[in-house]
Amino acid sequence: MDAVLVHQDRKTSEVWKRLALVTDPELDESVTDLGFIEFVSVDSDDGVDIIFRLPTYWCSANFAFLMADGMRRAVLSLPWVRQVRPRLRDHMVAEEINRGVSEGKSFGDALKDFASGGSLDEVREKFRRKAFERRQEVMILALRGVGYEDGAICRMDLGTYDLIDFGSKEVARQKPRYRELLVERRLAVRPGDRAFVTYEGHPIKRHEFASYMQRLRGVRINMEFNSSLCRGLLAARYGELDGGVAERLPVNAAPCGGCASGCAVRSGGSPATTEKHSAALA
Amino acid sequence: MFITPTGEEVFVIDGHTHFWDGSPANQLNIHGKQFIDCFYAYHTSLSPKDKLWPKDQFEKYSAEQMYQDLFVDGPDDMAVVQSTYLTEFYKNGFNTIDRNAEMAKQYKDRFIVNGAFDPRDGERALEYIHYMKETFGIKGVKLYTAEWKGESRGWKLTDPNAYRCFELCQKLGITNIHVHKGPTIIPLDKDAFDVHDVDHAATDFQGLNFIIEHCGLPRLDDFCWIAVQETNVYGGLAVALPFIHGRPRYFAEVISELLFWVGEDKILFGSDYAIWTPRWLVEKFWNFELPEDLKQEHGVDLTPQAKKKILGLNAARLYGVDVEAQKRKLAGQVRATAAE
Repeated sequence: MDAVLVHQDRKTSEVWKRLALVTDPELDESVTDLGFIEFVSVDSDDGVDIIFRLPTYWCSANFAFLMADGMRRAVLSLPWVRQVRPRLRDHMVAEEINRGVSEGKSFGDALKDFASGGSLDEVREKFRRKAFERRQEVMILALRGVGYEDGAICRMDLGTYDLIDFGSKEVARQKPRYRELLVERRLAVRPGDRAFVTYEGHPIKRHEFASYMQRLRGVRINMEFNSSLCRGLLAARYGELDGGVAERLPVNAAPCGGCASGCAVRSGGSPATTEKHSAALA
Repeated sequence: MFITPTGEEVFVIDGHTHFWDGSPANQLNIHGKQFIDCFYAYHTSLSPKDKLWPKDQFEKYSAEQMYQDLFVDGPDDMAVVQSTYLTEFYKNGFNTIDRNAEMAKQYKDRFIVNGAFDPRDGERALEYIHYMKETFGIKGVKLYTAEWKGESRGWKLTDPNAYRCFELCQKLGITNIHVHKGPTIIPLDKDAFDVHDVDHAATDFQGLNFIIEHCGLPRLDDFCWIAVQETNVYGGLAVALPFIHGRPRYFAEVISELLFWVGEDKILFGSDYAIWTPRWLVEKFWNFELPEDLKQEHGVDLTPQAKKKILGLNAARLYGVDVEAQKRKLAGQVRATAAE
């Protein structure tokens, strides 16, 4: 009996780690860090139930759908998982989303009675760009912080980027997150490729660097607004200002040390969660 | 009146306030409950702890309470009270012009009452605009483009019916068009609070001022691009300003962007009462200074002169308030009330 329980516990923990890889598309932060995941359980048939909630009853239906779908995919990638049932609660279109995701419907089909529908690819792409730009700004500011001139940053190649030791724990955590998107978009793959290019893959010219950075700053300000507001609203809604979320995380959780934003929600302490913690570098 | 630590008087017009009824008795359905719950979450998460209200007071407060918070305990000299109907969620509407006007009538010279219209009403919207002008003499309206109505979950400023309403507003001298373009409250697959429709409408209606409440956040960059090219676009600080408490550095970045792109002549203070009360907001704002690195980076500063404009002078210009004359009218009023 005990052995079975331990086994189930390990499976639950594996699910949490996969969920930590799912990000809120708008904030580019992990759904586990944000405290969106309320409950995870694995039944005896290796079916996984996930209950999640969002900061407000009105949170965008498309983001909710993307997250539910992301959770389903992430957890299904575990070899032993037979079925995944993400369930959103306390949301104006919870029912439509839960049914749609469980039946594998597209967003447009799932919510066709409620909204004008359409594909989420455009939204997904928009947020991938924002994530890229925000992660990029974090790293450029970090490079400036350790003394790199803008010109050198424009010319820097991936091999050099990989070798830089930033000293700061938080920056070290951010470093692979930017790299991950560079590789995913095939913007930089080989050591000789430029590490800092636009989302379209164009080099950033030295004389345009200041205005480029201004734009990146705008992206960050918007995302931070959302992130900060969402964390606050979630905490207010579910009365978890003191880390009720952390108690449900599988490993001992530490206060959020990374984002320097004074956010009340704690981040998880498991290796997977920590790795994915996308903090708002102020 | 706000008195600075050095004894200077600053005239304050609160550009965005509400006199709502979100109480359970007025809620029509779950949406009405969730709407006020969401407001309460804003209130809870962005207010200093000692400024928090109990839930039932937040749902419905009295006219006396509002007067007290804004003008007696608070530093406001005048307040623009906005109307938001939400009749799909609330039996008698959330915050109607009739209720606002009734409240304002009790307090002479304090309130500027704004109306609201829904272009989806077609002809009736035009009639309603006439009614509001004739009955209440409105100079402005609040538009809530994400409001539900039957099958519709929102509308755009560029809809043909909206243009007919704007034409009428321009003709009748209802020149201040406050538009909620802020954090998502009633979102859909495509966000009804996206700011892009402001661009077209502002270009086409040069006789109107478009005051974008919440500065389009979290689409501040979109808003800035629009505001910088349209001379008749303004930014309202509600929701952005309370960050001054919990995350001052973040607020500094937002206000720096606004000062750089939009300029100090086109930013308006708004407490968003009763989500927040104005005293602490105004005090913190007056005492706030931009960090040196942001001043350098943006080439802007939040000077006392800029603060005065933002706190009242800009709104006075839009609403035709003669500040000196108004000061004389209001002199002694608070004391008189307090003594009653």
